[in-house]
Amino acid sequence: MPTLTINGQQVTVDVDPTTPLLWVLRDHLDMTGTKYGCGIAQCGACTIHLDGRATRCCVIPVSMAEGKAITTIEGLSKDGSHPVQQAWIDLDTPQCGYCQPGMIMAAAALLAESPDPSDADIDRTITNICRCGTYPRVRAGIHRAAELAKDAAS
Amino acid sequence: MTCPTQREVILSRRKFIIGGSALGAAGLGIGLILPTNAETDANLAADEATSNYDQGAEVTAWVVIRPDNRVIIRIARSEMGQGTLTGLAQLVAEELACDWDSVDWEFPTPGQSLSRGRPWGSFSTGGSRGIRNSQQYVREGGALARQLLLAAAAQRWQVPIDECQAQNSIITHGPSGRTVPFGDVAELASTLPAPATVTLKQPKEWQVIGRSVKRLDTTEKVTGQLRYAADIKLPGMLQAAVNACPVHGGKRGKVDADKAITMPGVKKIVMVSDDAVAVVADHWWQAKQALDTIAIEWLTGPSGQVDSDSIHAMLTDGLTATDTFIGHNKGDAPSALSKTSRLVSADYSYPFQNHAPMEPMNATVLWTPSRCEAWVPTQNGEAALEVLADAAGLFREQCEVHKTILGGGFGRRANHDYLVQATDIARQLPGVPIKLLWSREEDQRRGVYHPITHCRMTATLHQDGEKKGLPEALHIRISGQSILAALRAPLGEQTIDKAVFQSLDEEGDHAFVYGIDHVLADHAMRNTHLRPWFWRGVNINQNVFYVESFIDELALESGSDPLDYRRRLLADNPKALAVLNKAAERADWGRPRPQGTGLGLAVCKAFGSYVAACAEVTVSNGSLRMNKIWAATDPGVAVNPQQIEAQVAGSFVYGLGAALYSELTVKDGRVEQENFDTYPPMRLAAMPEVETIVMPSGGFWGGVGEPTIAVGAPAVLNGIYAASGVRIRHLPLKNQALS
Ligand code: FES
Ligand code: FES
Repeated sequence: MPTLTINGQQVTVDVDPTTPLLWVLRDHLDMTGTKYGCGIAQCGACTIHLDGRATRCCVIPVSMAEGKAITTIEGLSKDGSHPVQQAWIDLDTPQCGYCQPGMIMAAAALLAESPDPSDADIDRTITNICRCGTYPRVRAGIHRAAELAKDAAS
Repeated sequence: MTCPTQREVILSRRKFIIGGSALGAAGLGIGLILPTNAETDANLAADEATSNYDQGAEVTAWVVIRPDNRVIIRIARSEMGQGTLTGLAQLVAEELACDWDSVDWEFPTPGQSLSRGRPWGSFSTGGSRGIRNSQQYVREGGALARQLLLAAAAQRWQVPIDECQAQNSIITHGPSGRTVPFGDVAELASTLPAPATVTLKQPKEWQVIGRSVKRLDTTEKVTGQLRYAADIKLPGMLQAAVNACPVHGGKRGKVDADKAITMPGVKKIVMVSDDAVAVVADHWWQAKQALDTIAIEWLTGPSGQVDSDSIHAMLTDGLTATDTFIGHNKGDAPSALSKTSRLVSADYSYPFQNHAPMEPMNATVLWTPSRCEAWVPTQNGEAALEVLADAAGLFREQCEVHKTILGGGFGRRANHDYLVQATDIARQLPGVPIKLLWSREEDQRRGVYHPITHCRMTATLHQDGEKKGLPEALHIRISGQSILAALRAPLGEQTIDKAVFQSLDEEGDHAFVYGIDHVLADHAMRNTHLRPWFWRGVNINQNVFYVESFIDELALESGSDPLDYRRRLLADNPKALAVLNKAAERADWGRPRPQGTGLGLAVCKAFGSYVAACAEVTVSNGSLRMNKIWAATDPGVAVNPQQIEAQVAGSFVYGLGAALYSELTVKDGRVEQENFDTYPPMRLAAMPEVETIVMPSGGFWGGVGEPTIAVGAPAVLNGIYAASGVRIRHLPLKNQALS
């Protein structure tokens, strides 16, 4: 039975080790903030952090996530206070919102790596699909989150 | 316990007071269908989820006010990202004169609507109608509530009502300066008789309408707490994966599920309708794994031989056919065109496209012989209730639909095929909640698609006089699928589908914008077995692409500047001209651009609004970069400008993604693109900068979610021509060479 570390907590799940992490989170642990959109690592709706890196967990067998730190949208902040979430609220970024947990996790990972990303960095790393078309506010939101994080640090 | 979190009117807990009728039949809180399902505690779960909304007095059907002054506004239309929920709440709040920061919302259920005589009107959410079709009665619902609250305060103070005023959820008695918050008089207000009429505010008095307030549904979306229908979990629930015949209209033949039934977690193999097989398991992944091992024979008949080439041949034939339905018919275009040999003509085509909202189709259904409930991401709660009752074999009164926020709709979720399937499965497992979730592949294969059409444009130009170079006569021949014919099957093919002529109409919400003496738009209906459906923008997507590309071609033919040319044609259409001019002016149309960079224009009227776009693109080494789009929109009244901006940008993503990359091709009767790897939507890096100019001219209510989608593609394609001299007549662009 795989043992996972999710948002700082250890859990053991009774599941076939080949099951994608996405479905373990969603169905077995009822952590439904992480979404299913394609199942083939194309859309990014299922983006989580695996040891801090943005990872599309619909193609990650749960066994591969053992021993790694898993962060999901539920664990990004306790209260929606992560700079990316704050920026998203400030700019009213989500439309339907379904892609947004994945979008936010991808953005948070980008900012963790490069605190003041350029538009080119954003173009390269934020490849999640949003059918509603929130891209302009996603881009603006990442820049704003970078500022918020800087302000908080200074 | 886990439970759905949609906010519903929980009648078992809400304090309902008889009277205070909002609109005639409303206000009677008795005789309602209360959840009676003893078999599961699903309803209790739903109750618990909404228990913090359980207090308050229903002042009108639209407005509940709690003692702590929180105002709960009821929203009947669906929220799928387009912001209607917030816009409608603004309309109610405006007339109610409440403090916007105290506003919450909830969805009434279709069952409650039914039992109360439809106090909330239509639940249908499509055609960019959410606000424009309900604005009047929604505002009246708010105004009536304000009147009742004023009456209650006046009664309490024993003063004339016209000495009382409401503002920011507080009522003030002018002469004495006494004040009372809404929450203190709401209960009394809800017992008072409703006044016969109410007066709505004048637009110049508006404080909330027209303000770029924040959406009401953002926080839960950024924390991951919002439960979409795909996220619902009910006690004892099982999950289902389904495989339906990939050739639409085909049937299920032999099924070999010997292995599947032995697989982990699998509870049951279910034959669904006459064309699908489902696996029900503890978890969805188990169901899907088992489903993939099932060999199914599909009986497809002749449809199994259809492919893209045969469809195109049929549509090409329609370009010259004589069996047509006539839409727009002004003057005498055929004779004007037959009198001259100087004809300009061009053929265009537009492919099948799938909606592909990010949340795949799904529904959760709990069926028992006496009652059926469903949790559905639907664009029309009432229609879903009808479908549910029918599929459940029960009366509507025995059924209930719980509507969630949708993970995208774009028209797809106005069709309830997935609900029919889920109900069919649930009927075969009485008393067990079943969540059916389609895989992305199923969503692609079993889509209901943007109709495929071809178009032949033929015109003759004035040879002299003041209209020299402008079209004297124009024939627009559409050949292709009809959505309404499919809806009205089997007789639909015998009747005109007026929607085919969206943005080509002689008048109305989708009027053709240009002043041309002789215009004929006709339709050679050519249907395929692939199901057509309403797709964001519906038929304006292809029609405006055809018209605006051809107008550009005519401008060129006559040696005119595309902006001047359009201006001359719009001389009698000031609103269309105004948006066109605004977009062009912001783009600085006259400024020369570097080699390889060009500007393109498009304008139209759709869903009652006037929209125009000017796109700047660069074509180099055969590749396209969209630099910027200036988009002007006149929706008459702009309820929330920042949300209109979001809709305009989103329209470009959806519409340009479709024009650039999205095409469903058909082989052996089935769609070939089964996931986002072969059906790629637009991603962030390709997104042009968008500058939106919201310019409401007042006096009418136009739609916002869809009109702009039609002008994005032609503006970019005309820009491509200006930049490179390459004219694109067939979409998607990815199939065409740009050098
Ligand atoms: S669901 Fe994982 S990338 Fe789409
Ligand atoms: S907000 Fe709807 S898919 Fe991104």
